[in-house]
Amino acid sequence: MERLQVLICAGTGCTSSNSADIAASLEEALQRHGLSEEVKIIKTGCFGLCQKGPIMAVYPEKVFYCHVKPQDAEEIVTEHFLKGRPVQRLELTDIDEVTQEKIFDMSQIRFYAKQKRIALHNCGVINPEEISEYIARDGYQALGKALTEMTPQQVIDQIKASGLRGRGGGGFPTGVKWQFAADQPPGDKYVICNADEGDPGAFMDRSILEGDPHSVLEAMAIAGYAIGANTGYIYIRAEYPIAVQRLEIAIDQARQLGLLGENILGSGFSFHVELRLGAGAFVCGEETALIQSIEGKRGMPVPKPPFPAVSGVWGRPTIINNVETFANVAQIILRGADWFSAIGTPKSKGTKVFALGGKITNTGLVEIPMGTTLREVIYEIGGGCPNNKNFKAVQTGGPSGGCLTVEHLDTPIDFDNLVALGSMMGSGGMIVLDEDSCMVDVARFYMEFIVDESCGKCTPCRVGTKRMLELLTDICEGRGTLETLDELEALGQKIKDTALCGLGQTAANPVLSTMRLFRDEYLAHVKEKRCPAGVCKKLLHYSIDPDKCRKCSLCARNCPAEAISGVPGQKPYVIDPEKCIKCGACMETCRFGAVLRR
Amino acid sequence: MKSIADLKRMREEAKKKMELREGDKDYRVVVGMATCGIAAGARPVLNALIEECAKDSYNCVVTQTGCIGMCTLEPIVEVFDKNGEKTTYCHVTPDKAVRILKEHVKEGRVVSEYTIGQYQK
Repeated sequence: MERLQVLICAGTGCTSSNSADIAASLEEALQRHGLSEEVKIIKTGCFGLCQKGPIMAVYPEKVFYCHVKPQDAEEIVTEHFLKGRPVQRLELTDIDEVTQEKIFDMSQIRFYAKQKRIALHNCGVINPEEISEYIARDGYQALGKALTEMTPQQVIDQIKASGLRGRGGGGFPTGVKWQFAADQPPGDKYVICNADEGDPGAFMDRSILEGDPHSVLEAMAIAGYAIGANTGYIYIRAEYPIAVQRLEIAIDQARQLGLLGENILGSGFSFHVELRLGAGAFVCGEETALIQSIEGKRGMPVPKPPFPAVSGVWGRPTIINNVETFANVAQIILRGADWFSAIGTPKSKGTKVFALGGKITNTGLVEIPMGTTLREVIYEIGGGCPNNKNFKAVQTGGPSGGCLTVEHLDTPIDFDNLVALGSMMGSGGMIVLDEDSCMVDVARFYMEFIVDESCGKCTPCRVGTKRMLELLTDICEGRGTLETLDELEALGQKIKDTALCGLGQTAANPVLSTMRLFRDEYLAHVKEKRCPAGVCKKLLHYSIDPDKCRKCSLCARNCPAEAISGVPGQKPYVIDPEKCIKCGACMETCRFGAVLRR
Repeated sequence: MKSIADLKRMREEAKKKMELREGDKDYRVVVGMATCGIAAGARPVLNALIEECAKDSYNCVVTQTGCIGMCTLEPIVEVFDKNGEKTTYCHVTPDKAVRILKEHVKEGRVVSEYTIGQYQK
């Protein structure tokens, strides 16, 4: 008889650190000890705390293990599963600030305590490849409720009343979007799930699809019922193989149970879902380009209007919603619009999932109520910057967004507040930067990304972003002047005003935002030819202080470019600036602090 | 699946399999499963508890712990209620274990003759 269930994360993060091998080693160890009948291994989606992966949780005891390795399997099985002594060295713990006692309870650990999980409520709890586990957690009940108790208009009214706004970045009210499509004359209509997640460092949608694929399928069917569509497409990039595989399994299982397909639950309503794999072009996340790509054409945006709700895929009315938006829908139908709209701020309801990355202790996936402050997310949930470095800024909204700094830490996060501060919610990537990050370099990184990803259809984006990148490179390499800054600003503004689609219109945001907030860093680059964070290599100069040098030769032996010369014990060492490749190896190895960087 | 009633039926069946993961039960039944406990026969006791729980619905989770410290009294079963109040049963057998579930967990009546206090008298 089963007495323990072991949930192992099989999301992309933990899979890449061999969680599949751990599951296999555990199975073997269980077999060896004759416990296979008693302990069940279940692979789930993302737990969120990717930093500590691979992660596993043991129920019903709620023991939470982190950084597990395959060779730990034997100890876990003999000590914990057999003798009931959890392996403490692997347990995730936290220290209670008041009592200074160790906290072992998962729900009280600071990373989870501040979170509220709606879109992620099944992630890390159910096996995403087993539809019965989704059904056990009230899965497909919302679809059943919509089909049997509600008219399509009532469904739309519920979504409108809930205040749900698009989680892909724009924040457009979902119910209003559905109403536009529903108001079109009857005929073929389509529901599209936009799973073309492209922001660097963002993995919210991937995690939802990997951890709870049915929540998206169910919501798409509800949307289909609401607007009168019988076909749904999920546009997902082929570089998300685990998500694609789980979706295929989920669609198959839902079809077999009759929860997708013809005459769902005897209601007469039919809905089919198909996958469309994208090749990973950033611009295909833009809805008109996405539609082109689904139709088999080259993924390039077309001017709006007409909006997709009027003329979308195959020229028919189409709604396009993001994965996370869909992940909220079934919950709203089941628990009511009032429940949902009670969470969040007056204009931004519900929760938002963020992917925390960059210079932060707890890299991972978090879901917080709208209105939570940046400080709570970065310090309480994220654990602050590692190695006691000072927090400098957080980049939100990816290549279309901007930065928030120390002074914005107490701003409640919602759609409108972030826009007012010159950034944006975006799809939910949050890249934390510390004192060692150069803001010009960050802006250049995003511009490089845009230059790569610009589809080339309109000139401002195709040529303008390339010119901006050249100007930024000039600044980073010491060729910039004050005029370069003016040029950069003017060009950025022009691209913003004239580009065809969202990608181009927002491409200059990271540059404009960092120029506004970190003007002094830009000035240091162009006036003093100095990079304050010590990142831009062309502006760095390494030298050795002859008074501090103990002539030990350690630096010379570690220099990969043989740029350091001297005589051990006799002559202080010197760096040849011509040969120096500015790797910093000498600075790291010197035990006397004699290597200087300017 | 043909109707919403089918879906509800399936949910009830599926829920049983998920029960271990849905916390918040009134009682926690803990079996001492260290070397001493296992040697004294804790494993059949644990199995009996789990099998009985699968047969009937009890408002409890069955779990295990290490050495409780009184190895001579093993197999030991501890029953914690919602307030953390603990009742310790000693020299438990599979039959005694089932009775503990039926009387203590289901009806809230401590089986006093099996408790450690009774033993020491």
